[in-house]
Amino acid sequence: MAERYVVVGGGLAGLMTVIKLAEAGKHVDVFSIVPVKRSHSVCAQGGINGAVNTKGEGDHPDIHVKDTLKGGDFLAEQPPVKGMCHAAPGIINLLDRMGVPFNRTNEGLLDFRRFGGTMYNRTAFAGASTGQQLLYALDEQVRRYEAEGLVRKFEYWEYLGFVKDEQGACRGIVAMNIRTMEIEAFAADAVCLATGGPGIVFGRSTNSTINTGTAAARAYIDGAHYGNAEFIQVHPTAIPGEDKHRLMSESARGEGGRIWVPKKKGDTRDARTIPEAERWFFLEEKYPKFGNLVPRDVATREIFAVVRDLGMGVEGDAVYLDVSHIPAATLERKLGGIMEIYEKFVGVDPKHNPMKIFPAVHYSMGGLWVDYEADSRGDMVRNSPKQQATNIPGLYASGECDYAYHGANRLGANSLLSCIYAGQIAGPAMISHAKNSMPSKGDVPASVLQSSKKFWVERFEGIYKMSGSENPFVIGQEMGELMVKASTVVKRNAEMDAAMIEIRKLKERWSKVNVLDTGRTVNQSASYVNQLWNMLELAHIMLKAGRMRDESRGSHYKPDFVLPQPKTANPKDDPAFMTAWRARDEQWRKSSIARYNRDEPQITFEPIRSLAVENPILKPEPRHYD
Amino acid sequence: MTESSERKVVVHIERSEGPGKTPHVDVFHVPWRKNANVISVLMQIQRDPRTSDGKATTPPAWDAACLEEVCGSCTMNINGKVRQACSALIDQLEQPIRLSPMKKFPLVRDLTVDRSKMFEALKRVKAWIPIDGTYDLGPGPRVAPEDQELNYALSTCMTCGCCLEVCPQVGESVPFIGAAAISQARLFNNHPTGEMNADERLRGLMGPGGVADCGKAGNCVQVCPKGIPLTSSIAEMARDTTKQALKDWLFHDERKGGAGPAG
Repeated sequence: MAERYVVVGGGLAGLMTVIKLAEAGKHVDVFSIVPVKRSHSVCAQGGINGAVNTKGEGDHPDIHVKDTLKGGDFLAEQPPVKGMCHAAPGIINLLDRMGVPFNRTNEGLLDFRRFGGTMYNRTAFAGASTGQQLLYALDEQVRRYEAEGLVRKFEYWEYLGFVKDEQGACRGIVAMNIRTMEIEAFAADAVCLATGGPGIVFGRSTNSTINTGTAAARAYIDGAHYGNAEFIQVHPTAIPGEDKHRLMSESARGEGGRIWVPKKKGDTRDARTIPEAERWFFLEEKYPKFGNLVPRDVATREIFAVVRDLGMGVEGDAVYLDVSHIPAATLERKLGGIMEIYEKFVGVDPKHNPMKIFPAVHYSMGGLWVDYEADSRGDMVRNSPKQQATNIPGLYASGECDYAYHGANRLGANSLLSCIYAGQIAGPAMISHAKNSMPSKGDVPASVLQSSKKFWVERFEGIYKMSGSENPFVIGQEMGELMVKASTVVKRNAEMDAAMIEIRKLKERWSKVNVLDTGRTVNQSASYVNQLWNMLELAHIMLKAGRMRDESRGSHYKPDFVLPQPKTANPKDDPAFMTAWRARDEQWRKSSIARYNRDEPQITFEPIRSLAVENPILKPEPRHYD
Repeated sequence: MTESSERKVVVHIERSEGPGKTPHVDVFHVPWRKNANVISVLMQIQRDPRTSDGKATTPPAWDAACLEEVCGSCTMNINGKVRQACSALIDQLEQPIRLSPMKKFPLVRDLTVDRSKMFEALKRVKAWIPIDGTYDLGPGPRVAPEDQELNYALSTCMTCGCCLEVCPQVGESVPFIGAAAISQARLFNNHPTGEMNADERLRGLMGPGGVADCGKAGNCVQVCPKGIPLTSSIAEMARDTTKQALKDWLFHDERKGGAGPAG
């Protein structure tokens, strides 16, 4: 059999992986549940970070590394972050060459704007639909390879599981055509999962309906390790909705947008008529240096405190995100996409009225554990087969479904970057893997493919026969409500214990599900029943890892386990604080690693190995933004 | 979550088990909710798939992904108008709300259709910049802000198919390539690097189903959810295609390595 690779997922990470493989002349099969051009990357709005330093600020990739590691509260392995931040200017140039219509300066150069967690104008952007524009650029390049015959697209095909040989290595995948419900096994020399995040585990989030996390969850069930499941980013600014919560990009604040509530509790005046002196700009007040551009975990907690603890929300659960002081023409040019979304879905023009927003589940820092290989300087080793490799030989992961780049909290505009960078190194790693290990193995035995396929055919035959009393979509909705309550902004151990009991009950109810549809054409219910089980398994490890981590770090906040406030402006000047901080850091600066076990997930806390060396890239320090 | 026991949303969904099967209409009565849209109503039906007479049925099949009108998935006919279901707010729609699949594409089931011909059309017009490679070869060409603004507008096309659905020249068996792909040719021809291969894209717009098949009805630009200037794209590509055809005829020899008319 000719050398062949499989990439699952057609968002930024998947398509960049495909491009790297095809560029090396390899044949690639890309599987996606939607036409790749409709992948969730289209939802990314604000931009992509890269320290190109065009504004005379003295920005540098090393400062980007520092901001990213600190933003993630030092939970990310450092060499991949260093590799990513140093590759970033080149990635932006590449996208520019592909024709991405980035906003321009008067001189025709790329324009950059500010984002959270940094003091630099580091974010390149295409209006307020940067993700869409980036995805289209990669989609176009992949289409070019498709026209040349190197890439085969399997659109409307859903990943079910990987093909495991007798040595436990991944040798392909089993997938289902979700139009005809046909199930087939596909051999591959290496497989990369680039299947995105798990927002749908939380019911409504800023994610697309396709972001169930089911492929990564299934890989975990099949033996891949899952890292930092408890770290879920709740974005501070979204429009609450019945079907989903729609993101209002951080770029609104990057362009000068301000968060406020009326100083008077329960003030019912029209926001526009409330004078500046009677508005409480609580982020600017508490964080004079970063102001509205504190990192997302910080902003979200502050909004929660104002709304839930102080009861100062606008009409209940909302605060104002105000861009109405910015000239309308500027808003059109730089934030047009999100201005349109707000107006379309809320019916109010945000160019002239403060927007009403609230935090919503947005992104998973956690995901499939992946390896890396770096040299003694902490530089990533080119073409190493270890880059983006899961613990299953031959199985790779890139993009939001990996755990690698963002630690305990992701900085805005770093996600598009991490997707593309991971794809750039995953492709060559897969080729190296195939070169190193495949010749000795030869073709995948037909019996291995057949037995993998048989497993899934039988599992679906079982699903089609499910005729119980439970509606799977109702179970999914209850799972989402449960997870939002127990495992998002504020976590408490008692609640998480109770939620795990509830998850077990939902799993029991899953076995009494009614499939609702026994047909073999676009049977979305059958597909969902399978996904739902995987989501329940994922929810379980999110809860369990969070329950075990008795500290507050990044997006993971337990009020029962917070360090006392330092008594000095710079925490490093308060010895008592530093002693407490070091003790906490010693115990908890570790990745949670989940291993599947049928009865009870096994979770261990493992040290950050790039911090175990004498001279790490960046020594951990207390995170503060005042 | 505000739920009212009295207020109902009445939805009529045109359904079919597949191509060639006789369609029928299922009527659903769904509890009204604040801020509901067509998608949230379809989700409610999934959770309780019973028609208005209480009979159990299968949940209708539909395509969706982003739910914020940037992916193009959930395009369908809503009260006779083609649009995305996610941005169709229930309180702004006349009831009963009638949902039916797009008609200019092969039906798959219920509200899902096969739009792959649109992606094939992008190959025909070579809708990409033929870059040298993904290595770090420095920045791209400078682009004036005005060109960027036009290209950004053209580049927001999400291949949703609204423009094809309303085009009198487009039918299941008619080859007209449609406004979306024509406008994409314009996008890449308006880019400093893409311009170098403008002739290839223009040739993709010649011949059967090409830009000359446009009947100038102008419906496409009326329904484009992204407000893309489709008719001016078509006009510009029609003009450039004519010029290219003339050039190809005059300089036919030269392209083959000959001296051309002047020599």
